[in-house]
Amino acid sequence: MADVELRKVVKMYDNVEAVREIDLAIADHEFVVLVGPSGCGKSTTLRMIAGLEDITGGEISIDGDVVNDVPPKDRDIAMVFQNYALYPHMTVAENMSFGLRLKRFPKAEIKERVDEAARILDIADLLERKPKALSGGQRQRVAMGRAIVRHPKVFLFDEPLSNLDAKLRVQMRIEIKKVHQKVRTTTVYVTHDQVEAMTLADKVVVMNKGKIEQVGSPNDLYHKPATKFVAGFIGSPAMNFIPCQLEETAGKLHVRISDKLTFPLPPERAARYKSISRDDKLLLGLRPEHITDARSNSGPGFESFEERLDVTEPMGMETLIYFPIEGAQICGRANPSAGAQDGAPLKMAVDLNNMHLLNAASGVVI
Amino acid sequence: MTMAATIDKAGPRRKKKLRSMSHDRKWALRWSYFFLTLFAIFFLFPPLYTVITSLKTSGEISAAVNPWWVYHPTLSNYKELLGSSQFLRFFLNSAMVSICVVIITMLISIPAAFALARMKFWGSATLATGVFLTYLIPDSLLFIPLFKMFAVFHDYTGIQLLNHWYVLVVVYPTLTVPFATWIMIGYFASIPKELDEAAIMDGATWMQTLLRIFVPVALPGIIAATIFAFTVSWAQFLYPLAFTTTTSELVLPVGIITTLIKGDVFNWGQIMTGALLSAAPPLIIYAFLMDYYISGLTAGATKG
Repeated sequence: MADVELRKVVKMYDNVEAVREIDLAIADHEFVVLVGPSGCGKSTTLRMIAGLEDITGGEISIDGDVVNDVPPKDRDIAMVFQNYALYPHMTVAENMSFGLRLKRFPKAEIKERVDEAARILDIADLLERKPKALSGGQRQRVAMGRAIVRHPKVFLFDEPLSNLDAKLRVQMRIEIKKVHQKVRTTTVYVTHDQVEAMTLADKVVVMNKGKIEQVGSPNDLYHKPATKFVAGFIGSPAMNFIPCQLEETAGKLHVRISDKLTFPLPPERAARYKSISRDDKLLLGLRPEHITDARSNSGPGFESFEERLDVTEPMGMETLIYFPIEGAQICGRANPSAGAQDGAPLKMAVDLNNMHLLNAASGVVI
Repeated sequence: MTMAATIDKAGPRRKKKLRSMSHDRKWALRWSYFFLTLFAIFFLFPPLYTVITSLKTSGEISAAVNPWWVYHPTLSNYKELLGSSQFLRFFLNSAMVSICVVIITMLISIPAAFALARMKFWGSATLATGVFLTYLIPDSLLFIPLFKMFAVFHDYTGIQLLNHWYVLVVVYPTLTVPFATWIMIGYFASIPKELDEAAIMDGATWMQTLLRIFVPVALPGIIAATIFAFTVSWAQFLYPLAFTTTTSELVLPVGIITTLIKGDVFNWGQIMTGALLSAAPPLIIYAFLMDYYISGLTAGATKG
């Protein structure tokens, strides 16, 4: 087990910069998830750590040793691929032991390690089967088993759950977390699914256009996003962004959305935002759970207003409500008993204690 | 209301045009069977005629009777050919040439195809196309330059390849290697890239990846290439005709023609028997390897 460090790592494909000078420190035992939309450079970063892609610039070190020019087989890392990449002509046991057999481990130890991994992953009764006789979830377990048996310094996962159906994905997510709790190997995990990132990671790295937008714990990213991209990417349904401006009325700071909608800021927020120019074009960032029906939510920092709903989506435990403000589609979460109905007006409340204010031009959260 | 009315009007009209899937399928199948049968009959005529003629005596062959019927079946042609040491010599020569060519072809083509398909290097795509282009040059253009090359080779080294069966072992790979490589480039390219990446992550060298992952997974492709290489070297006519003359060095196709046609006397019965017997090995190999060839060994490697 080991720590991994990326220093000013760059990857160029011809003239296209896929990864732009990223710095990242991954501590021993840590579970780090690289998350971002397609083409953000997350898989390329992972493949550079694996050694499957050359590094154009910068340095990658594993366990303190710079590995830029070390071939993948000598980096002592294991990788789980999106499409499993099991060897079709080998049984499960042979698949798992392939790496050990190449390194000429004694037979007894190979068997011991395969059995141990099979026990951890609950695939002991599949060891003699060929991959084609396995279901998707079982194949994914075998792929993980192949990584575990080698006791590598680092595990790399490249979107391992993308090929599974929704239900299995949730189940395997838990399995992966359990496995990490048991083996505690430093793990780098790539996904485009922010839910996977939030649920699995000790530390989430949000990437966009080849750069790291923000690094932090899942809670940090959710509650204290640094940029509009992170704020919009993390959380589902996504955060609402409403164009607004600050104005001072009767000595109190207000956020003004339209002629009709102006909310006074809670004192703590007012203190934080008082230095912002009143002319700046801003965005009010509100997560759907902070736009609710007024009936079940009130108190300091809650401001109520009424709007006609476009669409409602009853989810059972809550009802998602959609309505327009200043041309933007806003999503909120209402109590199912609040009586929200398609096309009907609803009295709603915004929780300004949890608001975010963003600079509209730069996208930076203030 | 207008919408509903329109739909109602269109409904029955469209129904009339619709035919059931099974109806369409039935007609597609009928036509397929019709043409397949036609082709089968067309292509089976020559071999059938060969079989019929091989069972006749020379007398019956030249007699003015129905050529599609055997009135006095005899195995004398088979007995004579299989009893002749000359014919067995041709057979042995052919077998040795073909086996050596298949082995040489595979030893060159498999690593070449792997390198061209996987180890992306400067010019690899151009090289792959180049390999294929060499296959397009007809052998009828090449045999004279090749003959000259062997003569020059003899002048310089004193090693005489011409007029020995093994000259064909040197020549045939010029035909088989490009095509076999081309087939296998395509086959290797269809193997998911993650498979070799997984092997590399597991600690395999390129050679181990090739031998322990690619060769077993690409077996159907390799077998296709083997069948091709075998068939080409077994049936090739022009090169052995040009490069070998001594009877003991001849291979089957040339041997049958040169020894069984004496001046303008054609020993048709034995010629046909010889053709039939020499067609047997490729047929047997096809029959045995066809299952492998068709079976999808890559199933289960990845999703789907």
